[in-house]
This record gives sequence, structure tokens and C-alpha cells, in this order.
Amino acid sequence: MSSREQILKKIKGSLRKTQTVHTSDEQRNQAVLARINQHPRGIIPARTSLSRQDLLYHFCEKVKASEASCKIVESYEKAGIEIQKFLRQHNLPQLVRIGTDQRLNKLGWENEPPQLLIGPSDGQDLVCVSHAQYGVSETGTLVMTSGPENPTTLNFLPETHIILLNKKNLQESYEDSWAALRQRYGKEKLPRTVNMITGPSRSADIEQTLILGAHGPLRLHVIVIDGK
Amino acid sequence: MSKIDKKGPSSKVALFVTCLVDLFRPTVGFASIKLLEDAGCQVHVPVRQTCCGQPAWNSGSRKDTRDIAKQVITIFEKYEYVVAPSGSCAGMLKVHYQELFRDIPEWDSRAERFASKVFELTSFLTEVLGVTNVKAKLNSRVTYHDSCAGLRELNISDQPRKLLKSVDGLSLHEMNDSEACCGFGGTFAVKYSEISNFIVTEKTENIERTEPDLLLAGDLGCLLNIAGKLKYQGSKIEVRHVAEVLANMCEGKPIAGRD
Amino acid sequence: MKVSSSNFKSNARQALDDKQLQSALNHVRNNFISKRSKARLDLPEFDALRDNARAIKDHTLEHLDFYLEHYERKVVESGGKVHWAADAVEARGIIMDICRKTNAKTVTKGKSMISEEISLNEFLAANSIIPVETDLGEYIIQLRGENPSHIIAPAVHLNIDQVRDEFRKAHTHLSPNRPMNEPETLLGEAREILRGKFLTAELGITGANFLVAETGSSLIVTNEGNGDLTQILPRVHVVLASIDKIVPTLEDLAQITRVLARSATGQEITVYSTLSTGPRRKEDEDGPEEYHVVLLDNGRSSMLGTEFSEMLRCIRCGACMNHCPVYQAVGGHAYGWVYPGPMGAVLTPSLIGVDKAGHLPNASTFCGRCEAVCPMRIPLPKMMRSWREREFEQHLVPPAHRKNLALWAWLAKHRRLYRLTTGLAARILAIRGGLSKRINKLPMAEGWTKHRILPAPEGATFMKLYRRRLRKGR
Repeated sequence: MSSREQILKKIKGSLRKTQTVHTSDEQRNQAVLARINQHPRGIIPARTSLSRQDLLYHFCEKVKASEASCKIVESYEKAGIEIQKFLRQHNLPQLVRIGTDQRLNKLGWENEPPQLLIGPSDGQDLVCVSHAQYGVSETGTLVMTSGPENPTTLNFLPETHIILLNKKNLQESYEDSWAALRQRYGKEKLPRTVNMITGPSRSADIEQTLILGAHGPLRLHVIVIDGK
Repeated sequence: MSKIDKKGPSSKVALFVTCLVDLFRPTVGFASIKLLEDAGCQVHVPVRQTCCGQPAWNSGSRKDTRDIAKQVITIFEKYEYVVAPSGSCAGMLKVHYQELFRDIPEWDSRAERFASKVFELTSFLTEVLGVTNVKAKLNSRVTYHDSCAGLRELNISDQPRKLLKSVDGLSLHEMNDSEACCGFGGTFAVKYSEISNFIVTEKTENIERTEPDLLLAGDLGCLLNIAGKLKYQGSKIEVRHVAEVLANMCEGKPIAGRD
Repeated sequence: MKVSSSNFKSNARQALDDKQLQSALNHVRNNFISKRSKARLDLPEFDALRDNARAIKDHTLEHLDFYLEHYERKVVESGGKVHWAADAVEARGIIMDICRKTNAKTVTKGKSMISEEISLNEFLAANSIIPVETDLGEYIIQLRGENPSHIIAPAVHLNIDQVRDEFRKAHTHLSPNRPMNEPETLLGEAREILRGKFLTAELGITGANFLVAETGSSLIVTNEGNGDLTQILPRVHVVLASIDKIVPTLEDLAQITRVLARSATGQEITVYSTLSTGPRRKEDEDGPEEYHVVLLDNGRSSMLGTEFSEMLRCIRCGACMNHCPVYQAVGGHAYGWVYPGPMGAVLTPSLIGVDKAGHLPNASTFCGRCEAVCPMRIPLPKMMRSWREREFEQHLVPPAHRKNLALWAWLAKHRRLYRLTTGLAARILAIRGGLSKRINKLPMAEGWTKHRILPAPEGATFMKLYRRRLRKGR
């Protein structure tokens, strides 16, 4: 017998010992399929039962609470200007790693646009810009999905990470993001990587002192495009 | 006329003295009787009682525990209420006895019925009898340690504090981490004495920092442990069971004496 | 990993005398408790979420076989591979096999307690493969040749001086006179060195906080981002997880993660929560080309259906040890194996045998704080007591203790002799206490009187005084 069969058999045996009300294997299997099919929601914190605008403010507050910075702009044109301003403020070169996300083509630049490097990061980049799939207001979390549009390496290798979020994609809860992901990728499917990011990387492993900038980015700047 | 403000009816109450009170601190037993009688209860002390069985239960001896539990249930189940001046023993009677007889339906249901009658003293006074005010007087700066079993098995936390606040002249000052264990743990204090010592030292440090005249708690196990450490360290802080203060029975020497 | 749980007492004594350790443990004592408490207060639904998390896990365990099969199907559909391992030997063999096929020389690792459980690092090293722990705490203790002392803060037993010394010793390519006073500098140094490892490793091994049956995904949470670099940069990603990590759906995952970080570090959510599903897709330009899951049983299937079944709800947040007075006193290494604190006191005897780990469920005051803070509402004290019962049944309790207990229980059942004994004891002890009411030394109770005095009884027992009072008619 393979280990797989052995383990499954042992589980079944152990479970049979306890079942006070006898449930057949078929019934248990149906219960599993039903739960996966229906994926019932549990308790959603009431804190994000807010108007669209307040949901955005709540999101920004939570982003800031996670040690990231947050800026709301009116358009993708203005988002580009904000990126350049942010780079200058932090003495960073106007040299930015990005993926192929079409939405990034709409970014507007100042007279002198930054130099754009396209594709995944090899660890040499200082700054990158990526576009979030969703934002979750509950905790100021950004939901990033893998693909050439926004390669996953961008989320972790560069020291400074700038994430754009369209207010249209702002969700109340994680559960809302799951619903949107199912719509986009199909039932019971996900892209290779879904990163839920809340703030820049950190460690408290030395004497429980919190230090920002562990293996991932040291600095996270979130720009929300609130198109009127 | 009763000396205590109360709303409850006259109730027939059996006192579960607890073995530590019996052996070390009879005053706590008499203070409990006084508090219950002042609140209009008819108090009985069944003479056949010994111990609740916790030492056996915590040592893994189910058979001995069952024998003792059966004895306790048989002696006490005829009373309307069973009250103990200890969260730990009341928790044993109320919570743990119910875990003992899952495979013996007759005793399981008796244990369950019995559980509904059992109360820790301060919780019985406040929640069952509706006592809000005791007629006691003590000019003292007091801090209160929450004993673990009472706190986490029976939710004893506000009850003693409410009653203490009605004591004339008494001021209650909370210590840091009053809900942390004192390190007693029954035989733990002897079997793992170094660890127990570490834990009780943290406790006495927190007590000392509050600068009280008097430390109170609702369980004699914790009180013997904490008083033992305080006096070992040469502390002037006195130690008593909360019932002694509520019953206005502080004329005798405190636990481990007075300096 | 060598088991020293049977030396718990001497381990504990050493720990209590260790000044470095005691100063490091102050961080546990102060930090975690207040942070969790604040996080709980900030979310009114917290306790309701705990109830729900518990219900989800109970349901999952009752249907574990079918959830595992569904999970496996989804992993395969997404292009990954699932390997089932009955025990540590088999799991190590599977991983070695993957390493060979990958031609791996350096393996980066995300923090994984299962990896500790199967002693993976020692095994890889013995097979000429270099395992590199990438979590900062894990990296530090790997340099020191130690095991984690806490399940989420592996280096919590160390002070900054010790880390500094270790880095000076290990990072010899750097100037010995470099300034290393700030924790930031030390972190920067580790980041620099580990970045190189991330970029060159052929294979990355991570644990999993959860496995999602619905999508065949593994979820790992890290604050450092090391778990992510471990899995997206090497060509092969291996997930090492035990069978109890399954949750049914993404919705269920969200419920449980809401209580995970809050209970652990007091954060609302860990910085990176990453769902990984299969290897990189055709169009992807980064991510691993192969995705393997090693599903480990190692005794867990036999816990199902026993009084220890509820332990399988554990999500490894560490709240029980953070709030445990015994853990706070002695730290994690004293427990002598992989899992310390209350969860370890229950799990360790299940996994390595109560004969080797009997001290652990006994070294508890039963204060109940662990159960009170457990996000999954695991009745830890009750299960420690169940272990004590098993020990008692198997005659693993020291004979002297057994005899004393038998004598006491006999007395408790014989009221008259009980009264006689207590009456005598009260009198003798009261006399010994004298005017001071204190007993400074008592044979048979040295453990007590070594550190405290014993308050003397008042004199007569309550029962005696009460009878006297009744006779006098009050």
C-alpha cells in the first residue's frame, strides 16, 4: 500500500471511531463538495460597512498604520507625476522597473519621464512600480496577482515599491477579493501567486525591536487613483 | 434585620469548606458562614465532607477522583446551593466533575445537576443573592490577586471587587498583571519548585510595586504561596482571604502573621 | 533533533540561572501579551471569529480524508505534484529525491516547524546540500547551531550582543571593525548576505500556514518577505506541510487568518500573506518551474479520534507560550524538542511518546491562560491532564508520588481518619509555626521552604472549631 493510501485509510479509521452519529463516506464526501462549491462567508468585520469614499479613507488610514505611505490622486496622469515627486523626495534615481500592465501606459510624466525597465526584477533594481489587482480596506492590504503584467519579483526585490490601485478595485474585505478573483480566473482556480501585502517588510527577530526593510522592500508607497 | 443589603430570598446553603481552609485558615470558613447568614441564608456544614479531589484529578488518577467526586455529590446534592470560599474548589465541583462521568449516564446527569448548585462565595453573594454592599470597615490600602481557576473557569473578577468597594475605609489599587498566575498550581509548587519560585517572585514584585498594606485573593492555595514568598522576602505587606475582610473578621493575625 | 524533554527539570534550572536568557525573555514577558490584547480590543468580532475558526477546523478534521483528496486533485490540476509521507524518514527521502533531480547544491528555506520536526537541515547537510535558513531569527540560530526556542520568534532567547558576536564570527569577509551597534545594521548585513543566497539557490523549501482544498493553494505568512523570495527565485519550490494544515475554502482561510496574526504578534494581518498555486504559468516571466508539496502525517492521523484530536486545530500562533508563566520563566529550549510551551506540552508526547516527554504536561500550574487566549479554543490544560492520566495508567508516575497520592486519596475517603490526621497536622504545624506563624523548614516540603516560608495553620481545624461552636449552641 502506498503512503497515500495508508494515511487516508488511517484517517478514515480514526474518524469512524469517533462518529457518534453514523455518517457514510458518501455523505461526508458530499459535504466537502458542497462546502467548496458554496464557499460560505463567515463573519465579516463591520468596520468596513462604509460609503465608497469613507471606505477609501479607511483604506488609506490602514495603509499608513502598516508603516506604508498613501496618496490619493485624480488620474493616472497625476499618478505618474506623484511617482516622480516621490522619487525626488527620497533621493531615488528616476529609474523604474515595471511590468507590462496596460494601465501603466496611462501614467503621465513630467517633461523628463523616468527611465522604465520592463520585465521581472533580477535583484538589481532600486525602485519598481506595480499595479494592484485589488485593495482591501479592512486592513489596508493590497492584493497582487502574478503574471507578466506585474511580475511577482517586483513585489519583493526592489528596496522601494510603489503600488498603484484603482479605486474601482477597492474592496471591503478579503472575501470580496476572493469573489472578484473567482470571476476573473474561474471557479476553484487562482493565478500562480496571489500576494496580499500590508506594509513594507520588517523583522522583530532581534530583541523584539521592529525594524523595517527585512528581505522585501524597505519602503512602500501606495497611490490610489480616484477618477471622478 | 440583615446587616447586608440584599435582594435574594432565604436560601438553604451548604458550605464546602475546602481542605486548605479546614487545615490552615478556619477563619475563612467562619467568615463565609457570617457573610451567607448576614445575607439571609441558612448555612449548613455537612460534617462528612473532606476534599474536592483536585490532587488526584491533577495527578491523572481518574479512579480516585471519581470516588471522591461521588462522595461529594452524595453529601451535597440535597442542598439548594453549595458554596465554597475558593474558585479552585468551586471550579472542580462545578466544571470538572462534569468531565468525569461521561461514560456513566447516571452519575453524568447527577454531576450536571449538582454543578448548577455550586458557586464560589463572592459570585454567590453578588450574582445569586444580589448583595451589593457589606457592612464592614477596614482602613487599608488593598490590592487583589485574581486566582486562575476562579478567573478563567468561573469568571470571578468583578464580584469580589464590587463587594470590596463597599467596605468602609478600604481603597483598592490594582497591581500590574493581576490576572497572571502566582505559580502555586497545587503539587506544581513542590514538584517544579524553582519555576514556581520564579513565577511567585514576579507576582510579589508586582504586589510590592503597588505598595499596598494588604494583599487579598479568593483562594487559599495562592494566598499561602504568595504570603510565604512575601514573608520570606521580609515584606511588611499583610495577606488575607477576601472573605475575612468582607465579613469584618480581621481581628485575628493575617496569613503568615504580622511583622 | 536530539530529544531532551526528559531532562526538563535540569534544563529549566539552567534556564533560570542563565542571565542572558532571562534578560532576553523579558521581551516575551512584556511585548506579546499587550499587543495581542490591543489587537483583540480593536476588533469587536474577534471572539466570534475564534468560535467560527474553531468550527471550520472541526468540520475540516471530520472530513479530512476527502479534503486532502480534493486538495491533491487541485494541486495536480494546477501543474504541481503532491508527495505523501507517512513519517519523517519518508519525507526526508522525498525531499532528497527532488533535490537530486534538481541537482540542487544550495537550498533556501522559509521558516518551517515541520522541517524542525523531521530534522531536515541536519539531513540535507549530511547529504552535501547546504540548507540556508532565511528568516532572520532562523538564520541567527542556524549560525549558532541551535533550534528555535519559540514557534514564531525562533531567536527570542538571544540578546543583540550574542547576535553581533555570531555575525562577526560567521561573516569573515567583512571588516572585523565594522560598526554593529544597531539592530538595523545587523539586519542589513543579514539581508545583504541572504540576498545572494536567494538569487543562487536552485531549490526553495517553505512550510505552509494553510493548504486550501478549494484551489490547491498553499498559504504562507511572513513579515520579512523571506518566504516569498524562497519560493519565487529558485527553479523548484517545495512546500513541506502536515496534513492538519488543510482548510476548505478561501473564505474559511480568511476567517482563520483574521485571528492568526492578532493572536501571534498583535498585527491585524501579517505583512505578506501569499497564496501559491502550482508552478509558474506559461505566460509568467518569474516564479518556480516546479511546485511540489510534501504532505506529512508523522503521527497526526492517529491523534484524530482520540482525546488529543482537538490539538490538530492548532495554527501555530504562539499565543499559548506567550501567555504561559512556565514558558516565560524558562524559555523554549528547556522543553527539549521542537514545540515548546503549552501546545508543545500536548503535541510533543503525541509525536515522540509520553515516556520521553512526560514532564511537559506536568510542568503546568493549570492556570488556564493558554486556553483563554488560544484563537482556536483548544482546551490545552484538559489535554495536559489527559496525558497525566495516561502516564498514571501506564505507571510512568514516580512510585513515591503514586504512594503519597494513594494514601491521601484513601484518607479523603475515610472521614474519621481524615479528621484525625488533619487535626493532628494542624496542631503540629501550628506549634512549629510558633508566635511568628511561620515555618521556615519542613521535611518533605523542601521544594516549598527552599524559596518561601510556610504560613502556619491557625491551630485547630475548621471542622473541630465548628463542632465546638455547634455544641455551645453558638
